[in-house]
Amino acid sequence: MGSASLLFQHLMNGLTLGGIYALIALGYTMVYGILKFINFAHGDILMVGAYIGLFTFDALRGSTPIGIWWLVSFFIAMVVSMMGCAVLGMAIEKIAYKPLRKGSRLAPLLSAIGVSFILSNGAAWMFGTHSRKFNYPFDNSPISIGGVVITPHQIMVLVVAIVMMVALKIFVDKTKMGKAMRATSLDSETAKLMGVNADMIISLTFGIGSALAACGGMLIALDYKVYATMGTMVGLKAFVAAVVGGIGNITGAMLGGFLLGLLETFGVAILGIPQGFKDAIAFAVLILILLLKPEGLLGKAEKEKV
Amino acid sequence: MFNFFILILIYTCIYAFMSLGQNLITGYTGMLSLCAAGFFAIGSYATAILTKLGWSFWATLPVAAILSAIMGIIIGLPTLRLKGDYLAIATLGFAEIVRNVINNWDSLTNGPMGIQKIPQIMVFGMNVSPYKKYGFLLLEVVMLLICWFLLERLASSRMGRALEAIREDEIAANSMGINVTKYKVVSFALGAAVTGIAGCLQAEYTLSVSPGSFVFMVSIMVLCTVVLGGMGNFVAVILGAFIIQFISYFPQLVGLSNIIPAQAKQIIFGLILVIMMIYRPQGILGRKERNNKKAEKAWLEKKEAKA
Repeated sequence: MGSASLLFQHLMNGLTLGGIYALIALGYTMVYGILKFINFAHGDILMVGAYIGLFTFDALRGSTPIGIWWLVSFFIAMVVSMMGCAVLGMAIEKIAYKPLRKGSRLAPLLSAIGVSFILSNGAAWMFGTHSRKFNYPFDNSPISIGGVVITPHQIMVLVVAIVMMVALKIFVDKTKMGKAMRATSLDSETAKLMGVNADMIISLTFGIGSALAACGGMLIALDYKVYATMGTMVGLKAFVAAVVGGIGNITGAMLGGFLLGLLETFGVAILGIPQGFKDAIAFAVLILILLLKPEGLLGKAEKEKV
Repeated sequence: MFNFFILILIYTCIYAFMSLGQNLITGYTGMLSLCAAGFFAIGSYATAILTKLGWSFWATLPVAAILSAIMGIIIGLPTLRLKGDYLAIATLGFAEIVRNVINNWDSLTNGPMGIQKIPQIMVFGMNVSPYKKYGFLLLEVVMLLICWFLLERLASSRMGRALEAIREDEIAANSMGINVTKYKVVSFALGAAVTGIAGCLQAEYTLSVSPGSFVFMVSIMVLCTVVLGGMGNFVAVILGAFIIQFISYFPQLVGLSNIIPAQAKQIIFGLILVIMMIYRPQGILGRKERNNKKAEKAWLEKKEAKA
């Protein structure tokens, strides 16, 4: 294999990983944009999404042989899982975060850590600590296109991620709801005075963010299996992606996700960082970006007001 | 059963140490740090490696404390200038990096296998073995009392007041002439050092260390302890440590450990965090209010004398 096609290979791997990070990072960034708080439980919502998706998919496909029905059931499972997680995300917001909105900044953060613990250990309790295989809904043998090897899974991840992101971008930029969302994020008090139902918008934000996380969770589960703590590390890295892009900025989260995916892949493949330190790359990037440009690549520097 | 109770007390002391450090950082200065496990690991490994080289336990204590403090400064300097939420993630990431390094630095830490057969503590030529539980517990309690006393003095000093001012309002504190960054870093380093000492005790109690004991869960347990007891109150934090350890070992204590799954206690910790935040954010005992009666009286007397 030539070095050019090898490079392209890494590029594809990085973009796939990055697409998933980006999907998850969107949830962090949207919530931060409105409530100015990090939803620590986001990674665990992703895990719940993967479980819902897995069970729905397995139930739907039953013992049918692999074929077009598998692909259809996968997408049905994805919709079910996204809706389930949207409801879960909104419920968590109502129960664990809403009563704390007026309190100190530390309170919702601690509450979110608690929720994250309840979700991941609850899942371990209910579904066991072993990891479950998530079957590819298609034959995942690599296809070679002009010397470049690419798997159908990578194609699907990229297509789904890009469709989701474009849909979100259109929703936020073009619809009335999206406008209300941007208004709330800019200044929730004034938005309320203008007749925006801020509580509803916050709920909606959690719903959309959690649905995207569920989608990302299913995509990553195909490669890395489903288990109770699968969301922790992915969630943290997605958060790093959100910070790198500029937290609160939707385009930034997408950019940050892809960038982080590429950095991780190239860091291991080209810079020769040992596989064991792969997880450390994201945090090193985080500390660097906090040092050099704390508002992120696309974020606006904000002066703290008294 | 009684032996088991002693075991709970021994772990209470270790966690109380960590929680004292966390309380200084989170309770007094208002910084949410999530790397207790990282400092704990550094302290543990410092003691394990150095005692293996023939050092005495007492000589490793300051080394462990200083190493943890240096690590605290290294992580603190870049991140403490930032808002609390970033700090939480950055410190969490730092703890993960520490575990990553320990796992991979085979020549120093023996990788995932860990270090076994750590030499036991000697006090005045006497061997304080973890198998003789009372001696070990006594040693721990004495160390804990000293640490608690020092931290209590620190909290009521000028620096303690500065830290509380930073917690209440950073901008206001800054405009009153408090060097916010300096105090934050010092508080972070001190908290890290105390947590590191907890690591030394842990290493000496289990007589072996491995990266598996320094997972994120540990940081959460410590945070839970502080929140449950009451942020900004050292006595409350020690009480919290006891309650958390009691909950942890309750299934074993009553002999139900094969019926109650291991996840149950972690779910309880999660619930504690959420429920405490909603219904009693100040913790069981609440924050220790500064007693200003004496100073007030002295000030009034002075005023009267003048008049």
